[in-house]
Amino acid sequence: MTRINLTVDGAKVADDVEPRMLLVQYLRERLGKTGTVIGCDTSNCGACTVHLDGTSVKSCNVLAVQADGGVVVTIEGLAATYDGGELHPVQEAFRECHGLQCGFCTPGMIMQSTALLEENPNPTEEEIRLGLEGNLCRCTGYHNIVKAVQHAAGQRSGSEQDAGAQA
Amino acid sequence: MTAVQDAPEGAEKEIGRARRRKEDGRLITGRTRWTDNLNLPGMLHLAMVRSPFAHARINSIDTTEAAEAPNVVAVLTGADLADSQGVCINAWPITPEQVTPTHLPIPTDRVAFAGEIVAVVVARSAAEARDAAELVDVDYEDLPAAIGLKAAVTDEVLAHPDLGTNKSAFWRFDSAEAGTGGDVDEAIAKAREDGIVVEREFRQQRLIPAFMEPRSVVVDPTGEQITVWSATQIPHILRFALAATTGVPESKIRVIAPDVGGGFGGKLQQTPEEMIAFAVARRLGKPVKYTETRSESLMSAHHGRDQWQTLTLAADKEGNVTGLKVELLADLGAYVAIVGGGVPVLGAFMFNAIYKFPAYQFNCQTVLTNTTWTDAYRGAGRPEATFGIERMMDELAAELGVDPLEVRERNWIKHEEFPFTTVAGLEYDSGNYEAATARAMEMFGYDELRAEQKRRREENDPVQLGIGVSTFTEMCGLAPSRVLGSLDYGAGGWEHASVRMLATGTVEVVTGASAHGQGHETAFSQIVADRLGVPFESVEVLHGDTQVAHRGLDTYGSRSLVVGGEALVRAADKVIERAKPFAAHLLEASEDDLTFSDGRFQVAGTDQGIGLTEVAAAAFTAHNLPDGAEPSIDAEATYDPVNFNYPHGTHLCAVEVDTETGAIKMRKYVCCDDIGNVINPLIVAGQVHGGLVQGIAQALWEEAVYDESGTLVSGSFVDYLVPTAADTVSFEVDHTTTPALTNSLGTKGVGEAGTIASTPAVVNAVVDAVRHLGVNDIQMPCTPERVWKAIQGAGDGGPDTQGAAMPHFEGDGVAGNQEQPGTASTEGAGA
Repeated sequence: MTRINLTVDGAKVADDVEPRMLLVQYLRERLGKTGTVIGCDTSNCGACTVHLDGTSVKSCNVLAVQADGGVVVTIEGLAATYDGGELHPVQEAFRECHGLQCGFCTPGMIMQSTALLEENPNPTEEEIRLGLEGNLCRCTGYHNIVKAVQHAAGQRSGSEQDAGAQA
Repeated sequence: MTAVQDAPEGAEKEIGRARRRKEDGRLITGRTRWTDNLNLPGMLHLAMVRSPFAHARINSIDTTEAAEAPNVVAVLTGADLADSQGVCINAWPITPEQVTPTHLPIPTDRVAFAGEIVAVVVARSAAEARDAAELVDVDYEDLPAAIGLKAAVTDEVLAHPDLGTNKSAFWRFDSAEAGTGGDVDEAIAKAREDGIVVEREFRQQRLIPAFMEPRSVVVDPTGEQITVWSATQIPHILRFALAATTGVPESKIRVIAPDVGGGFGGKLQQTPEEMIAFAVARRLGKPVKYTETRSESLMSAHHGRDQWQTLTLAADKEGNVTGLKVELLADLGAYVAIVGGGVPVLGAFMFNAIYKFPAYQFNCQTVLTNTTWTDAYRGAGRPEATFGIERMMDELAAELGVDPLEVRERNWIKHEEFPFTTVAGLEYDSGNYEAATARAMEMFGYDELRAEQKRRREENDPVQLGIGVSTFTEMCGLAPSRVLGSLDYGAGGWEHASVRMLATGTVEVVTGASAHGQGHETAFSQIVADRLGVPFESVEVLHGDTQVAHRGLDTYGSRSLVVGGEALVRAADKVIERAKPFAAHLLEASEDDLTFSDGRFQVAGTDQGIGLTEVAAAAFTAHNLPDGAEPSIDAEATYDPVNFNYPHGTHLCAVEVDTETGAIKMRKYVCCDDIGNVINPLIVAGQVHGGLVQGIAQALWEEAVYDESGTLVSGSFVDYLVPTAADTVSFEVDHTTTPALTNSLGTKGVGEAGTIASTPAVVNAVVDAVRHLGVNDIQMPCTPERVWKAIQGAGDGGPDTQGAAMPHFEGDGVAGNQEQPGTASTEGAGA
């Protein structure tokens, strides 16, 4: 067992974990952060995507011990750590554009989309598609996911005064 | 929205509005209830020990070491669980003589596919269970495996030696025998004399549904009812199967499908894993959980498609089709799944598609092999049929040298000819193929693209443009119970709904349909809001729990709206009917003078009225009701559809094919589907988009590949190519509206439309791009390698076309495209 200390969704947490424990297992099994899900075992699907120290990572591809000292944001804390609102603009955009159906890939998609827009606030459709290549969705055919990211980008560049199109 | 109790008069109708989904608030914030999220006190975790062999005798299983591993509670085999494990049922024996191997969740003596479970480890954590599963020592005696349809059908190697054959069932429909049309052999003979005969063999490769949420099951045996949470599409059918095969009374079982992350038919199953979890929980008296890994899911959750189709189409010289003969081989895998044998039979009614064929014969041989079982996958039988006929119509057009849309129009049912009884015996109630096609062509810019294609051909451009056409119809809204009965299906096809009018003005709606991503909560709320005249926000839709929705037949076959929605309409209408005498009493008026609209009963010719929710409150207090009245206006309805439901559409696809590399780039995809009246256009578009990509993926990328020993080579997301955002394009989707005549709302199913139509549209486009180079087919998935080989083969006719191009029905035995026993299904993909 190894002691880790980290910040998850704004809260400081400390635990003894097995060295082999994955970050996603730690989030789900130890912290009850079940909003982050596991969709595969080969790091292809991206359903478990979270932010670690400001960049998106597939949390099945990070050991919990590697996150020691880090700052993790999951889908559950995305809005609160952004501006304290109920929904992050990207979450709102996914709802507005019907960018989800069963919703299983959605936490990962939203986390990846958020990171994508951080890096590139005004992406082209192709840049969006390439930026989401590591996240699989089986329901939407990606059409409305791409639209949702475009919508979120437009909201951002469209109105500087307030990022939150609150629900 | 204005803050009023009842919907304001003349309020915008909910039906037809692009309402944002009620479901999304939870899903976008991670406030979800996936089965794997559940954690119960004292819960134990299961890991499955799975056979690495496709076919092997189990000589012995040594569980000693595993049982001693840390925190292991039990290691159990099939012998240990014995009768308590029940059996996986086949609900649809397609013939009385069907050969159906017994499917125990854990077999005791022999495994029949790689991935079959031979033992289960129970431990305090999932990780410890999995560690210990590695320690179970199984002594297998490898047996020869029946792999590949064409090899298996010869019975040289038997998937189940005790059965003596791999041939499970032969099912035929013949229009002459049925009295729905002429004799197909006569039509073919005549066309050989003086007409056109097109003969082709197509491969429907095996696919994996690949829902995003891996299957998971939790069983809690500690309550009065044993509670089963499962990532399933069919909680009601699962409860029935658990009770019917384990002896536990149905009333002692509660099944809950909480949030379910996609299904596409893949969760329309009673699985060994569910049966095992149920048996282990009962045996140990503790809650247990099993969640599969993705690799386990790909190798053991049922697969779809997997057919060889031999098609013979007869036409006169003008291109009027005179007959179609279909001969199918369909791979069942190792067991006949819950509706496994029936899936290809659903295609029997759809090969004639939107056309007026005078003669038709459908023959289907289902075959057992030592592979993962197959069953419903989005479209279930209808994509296979649509692919077959739409490829054939393109081949006929090529033969005639006319535009593929022209040959279709020559043969399709004209809009004024509805209702139309087809050669397969179905009555299509409505449709307008001309209108949908015209709209699709307009959106596509059909003539301009044809002109560009011509230009590129003339310029000998290395990148050629192909235009693919697919029209389709499907029978959805499964299903009239009598029809199911006539096909020997083991259950009905009705659906149930109830409406509860709560005292404070809100409404609970219970449906027996079981959503797993479709948006029922939103769409059904819209229907009820309009019907009862209550605000959309006041309606709560409850589903997926046998304790709440006590009657239901679940969600598959594009049935939820057209069957479940109709049940809901009828339940809502009953509420109004029940409320009417109460309203009359409260208004001191005659029932005959009351009208109901926008949520209010109104006394005709006066300003007197009362809201439905006020009547509900009056029914709750029951202080002032008519004498002897039962104090409730709640109502329920069970609806059995009178007919299937027939959406249709025209899909057009343009691809660019690099003739030097075989690479394919999708340039444009346009579709116009007629799905009748639309409840929520946003949800409809989403269903179409997702369906399109699944169908396109069959055409271009996905294939479940087995090697000759029966190992699934494409057993992870590294090898099974579910497309990404970067592989796909944005679509142009539109609708024409010809309301269905068999339900109150005029709706048709939409869940499977995109998948059914897109596969042939894409393959037709790819073939169209290179047809001038001598290619008339490319086996799916149309990988660059296959496309390139087809071009090369057509160019020089050399031997290197083996396995890629498809020169059909060559005289000398096995044609180049045909599956060599045990090898060819692996051709070109993954291997």
